[in-house]
Amino acid sequence: MAELTRRRLLGGGAAALGVVGLGAAGIGRVTARDEDPGIVGFHGTHQAGIETEPQAFASFVALDLLPGTDRRALVGVLKVWAQDAYRLTTGTGGLGDTEPELAQDPANLTVTVGFGPGVFGPAVFASADAEKVRPEWLRPLPAFGIDRLEDRWSGGDLMLQVCADDPVTVAHAVRTLTRTVRSQVSVRWVQRGFRHAPGTRPEGASMRNLMGQVDGTVNPAAGSTEFQGRVWNPGSPPWLAGGSSLVLRRIRMELDTWDELDRPARELTVGRTLSNGAPLTGTAEHDDPDFDAVDRYGIPVIPPESHMARARPRNADEQFLRRGYNYDDADGAGLLFAAYQADVDRQFVPVQQRLADHDALNPWITPIGSAVFAIPSGFGAGGYPGETLFEG
Amino acid sequence: MKKTKFLAFAAIAAAALAAAGCGSEDPATAADSIVVSSAWTKAAESGMTGAFAELENTGDHAVQIVSVSSPVSSRTELHEMAPAADGAMAMREMDGGLTVAAGSRHSLAPGGDHLMLMDLIEPVTPGTDIEFTLTFSDGSSIDFTSQVRDFAGARENYVPNAEEGANHGG
Repeated sequence: MAELTRRRLLGGGAAALGVVGLGAAGIGRVTARDEDPGIVGFHGTHQAGIETEPQAFASFVALDLLPGTDRRALVGVLKVWAQDAYRLTTGTGGLGDTEPELAQDPANLTVTVGFGPGVFGPAVFASADAEKVRPEWLRPLPAFGIDRLEDRWSGGDLMLQVCADDPVTVAHAVRTLTRTVRSQVSVRWVQRGFRHAPGTRPEGASMRNLMGQVDGTVNPAAGSTEFQGRVWNPGSPPWLAGGSSLVLRRIRMELDTWDELDRPARELTVGRTLSNGAPLTGTAEHDDPDFDAVDRYGIPVIPPESHMARARPRNADEQFLRRGYNYDDADGAGLLFAAYQADVDRQFVPVQQRLADHDALNPWITPIGSAVFAIPSGFGAGGYPGETLFEG
Repeated sequence: MKKTKFLAFAAIAAAALAAAGCGSEDPATAADSIVVSSAWTKAAESGMTGAFAELENTGDHAVQIVSVSSPVSSRTELHEMAPAADGAMAMREMDGGLTVAAGSRHSLAPGGDHLMLMDLIEPVTPGTDIEFTLTFSDGSSIDFTSQVRDFAGARENYVPNAEEGANHGG
């Protein structure tokens, strides 16, 4: 009798209203959206977008201070970002937003602000003061032999990392956050990345990169003490307590030559299976690799020069969070390799140096962009990123 | 800032009850009824610039804003958009102030009614807070803060009451 059609449920009228409670579960996506508005908390101890489950789409935007942008003007930019990013993450347009309809679905939007070396330049800090507050590791990475860096993907005074599960939301947030401060900063580069679309893979599953490999298996778990220790800065320098650092490397994949490799060779290059990312000595992705295992000829099952064996931490310091994104464009495809750590020099550089020195994967990957940013701690309502630096 | 929103509600409710019984006066001022939110000002180096906000009259009487002031401008006006002599829309000072009906919202937005800083004393740059004071017909007033940002729009042609033409907002 009570045949609940979608038309009837969505239509007006008292009868329809009366049965909505029964039929709501059948509306599926609409119901899910109502239950999950897609809002990631913005204010807090840490900036969102690092310990946050990676959203499907990202834009990393580097900006440079324009001539004449001094400390006061920079603080103004950061305050505008704090205000509008908060509004956007809650589904409200930015102040004066001319397209507020594009902000209605926040889709788990996060906005994470980073400081490049230029924030500690003479326009903002007297050099003696800069020495006291600039993190030692905040400078371009050492030159690695494998690098073929291009200016158009490297450096930057400021960084906005904008992530969401809807690319329209990302685009609108980037537009809003850049046009409202365009008298003070200019966009240096934009790097867009993507993962699997929301809902296509089990929650928490590692992504696949465009070489087909399971990527990001070894990562500290959100909320763990390991994450706290590896990623969040303990207060060195003091203003950065609760902050972090981002190393963003644009790594081009040489897919035309990678195509020449057969599947067994591809697996030996990385040290993991392609089917599920298990180490060649195991059966499941998260199995511990056995680097001592040898085959019947005495040859290591996981080649010592494989990417996994070379990347393996040699001490407890050499671990960090990877939260990268795929990219592809007219120039090719690759990975926006995004690493977050408390201390770049102590945690990231030794691993990158070892891989640059020798890694079986190197013939097929080429770093073409590189940038390092300090990620200030989180802040509360009325605060802004870096307030502990500028008000401290 | 108005700090008496809840008190104002209570006063209005009490007044409504009293009015039903014996017709006594509503003691709430116009300022008690108005909530200002989402206020912002368009960045400018000098001259004129616009400011915008959402106004909500939470009371049950219409309120009339008769003037506006800000420490960053020697003169600040309430403006509206209206057809000029050539038929194009232009802004002009409101005649008789701005009325917000009881229980309604009124947007001060580019292309519509707005506040106009007529003569900036100093540049207004993105991220800075600009104070405004709205004064109502009953003499009450409220202060609010607006955040400055770069904005490409709000380039309305300005038609002063006199003949002198000018553009603002560049």
